[in-house]
Amino acid sequence: VEKAAMAERALSASPRHSGYLYLRHRLSVRLTHWLNVVSLIILFMSGLMIFNAHASLDWGKSSYTGRPSFFEITSRMGGDGLPIGVVRVFGHEFETTGLLGVSKDADGQTSEHAFPWWITIPSRYTLAQARLWHFFFAWLLVLNGLAYLTYSLISGHLQRDLAPTLQDWRGIGRSIRDHLRLQKLAYLAVIFVLLPLIVLAGFAMSPWLDSLLPGWVDLFGGRQSARAVHFIVAWLLVAFVGIHVFQVVVSGLWNHLRSMVTGHYRITAGRPSAIASADAPVSREQAHE
Amino acid sequence: MNRLRVSPEALAKRRFLQRALAGGGALLIGGCDRLGESESFSKVLSAGESLSRGVRDVVTAGRVTMAQEFTTADLSPSFRGNGNTDPDSQEYTAMAASGFSGWKLAVDGLVDAPASLSLAELRAMPSRTQITRHDCVEGWSAIGQWTGVPLARVLELVRPKPGARYLVFHCADSFGDGDDVTPYYESIDMQDAYHPQTLLAYALNGKTLPITNGAPLRLRVERQLGYKHAKYVMRIELVADFADIGGGKGGYWEDQGYQWYAGI
Repeated sequence: VEKAAMAERALSASPRHSGYLYLRHRLSVRLTHWLNVVSLIILFMSGLMIFNAHASLDWGKSSYTGRPSFFEITSRMGGDGLPIGVVRVFGHEFETTGLLGVSKDADGQTSEHAFPWWITIPSRYTLAQARLWHFFFAWLLVLNGLAYLTYSLISGHLQRDLAPTLQDWRGIGRSIRDHLRLQKLAYLAVIFVLLPLIVLAGFAMSPWLDSLLPGWVDLFGGRQSARAVHFIVAWLLVAFVGIHVFQVVVSGLWNHLRSMVTGHYRITAGRPSAIASADAPVSREQAHE
Repeated sequence: MNRLRVSPEALAKRRFLQRALAGGGALLIGGCDRLGESESFSKVLSAGESLSRGVRDVVTAGRVTMAQEFTTADLSPSFRGNGNTDPDSQEYTAMAASGFSGWKLAVDGLVDAPASLSLAELRAMPSRTQITRHDCVEGWSAIGQWTGVPLARVLELVRPKPGARYLVFHCADSFGDGDDVTPYYESIDMQDAYHPQTLLAYALNGKTLPITNGAPLRLRVERQLGYKHAKYVMRIELVADFADIGGGKGGYWEDQGYQWYAGI
């Protein structure tokens, strides 16, 4: 490995790009990463279409408990006879016409669906189709996730590159400045908390899976609670992706993109900061290879 | 000032990125729509359903799993009626007006002893009462107490022939209007038909089944989504195959693209 890295260093040594390339991400990590990108985008967008079929969230075992929904995207008639899109959160109402509750569909017609056409798959209202998309890519996400975990455990990627060290734990308090430690924790939280949680909450919505072990859904507080958890975690994942993409953009978009496509990341002599940023945990993978 | 120092290469990259994002978005939505319309790709997508069913059969391995049952404290104050909530055909309206006294359930098809059962006869058979959660494909749930005759008891009466693989429920309600009317129907397999929680229910929350919820008789097939629970059942037909019935997919909603197996 050392030899290969040296060869690459020699190859890439050009006047314009001082520094060298090294193998940062192995093929398995790259492949599972991009399969995740595709699955998560389609799951999110088809999930919003499914949500449009019942655009409110309740806590508990059923949707009809006598208490109002804690979250709702709906529409009501305005004084001028035109519908107004509204979002209600714990009794507070926000007008969202144009985006949520009431928006224009692909043909410019007023539509009273919760989420607008351009963020759902398919782009028109079709619960049957959205479910087909959702369950196909749910399987892809789960199988891909299992493949990633199996690989990561066998290869040592998890223990070596992601598991927090004693130092990391000690540093949590002052890690606001220290990207690397926070980022490791963020990846771990996504891999071991958010993704399993959203899958389990999805399972909890299946009447057959509920019958496998009657009552397990009550761990979530009931099926409707599980549905709410599923929805909320989906948005937490969107937030994670937003931060992740932002970090990639500010710390060298092309270098990161290259490394996630070809595997090779460039270390620039004049910019040592590049090492300590975004995916630095993986730089240790190099050291151990 | 800063802008001036951007190299042509960086500008080209930036432009590429902008176009890639805009193009990617349009491609994603347009592409998915077009793929979804194509029959062959829909088949690819439905591999998800096949996989789910396969896993179900492996995981349960013949074991009878039971849907969760609840207590009266969990009952929904009112049980939502969805889809058709009042079949307005003349025939149905007349039956409803007489309290379904003239109504009879036909059970026929691949059976040794076809039967025609009145509401009184069904009520006289052994019954089961269960408080279960009804999960609609749309996402909502309601909890209700159902009383009815286990479908297995009715099957014992009519004695299915060995070739019978599915039960098709023909219903009094339909979608559409005028000449363009499509009757509601559903189907389940023998495994679900003999399940102890599968009922032909005639009562909800201790009262006669309301019209909104499927009077006089509706199916409860607790480990599947709401659209499988056929309301306004008029006839149960035992068949080897449902390809020749309705749109051929085994149910009104299945013909509209919903999954036949609605356990997920």
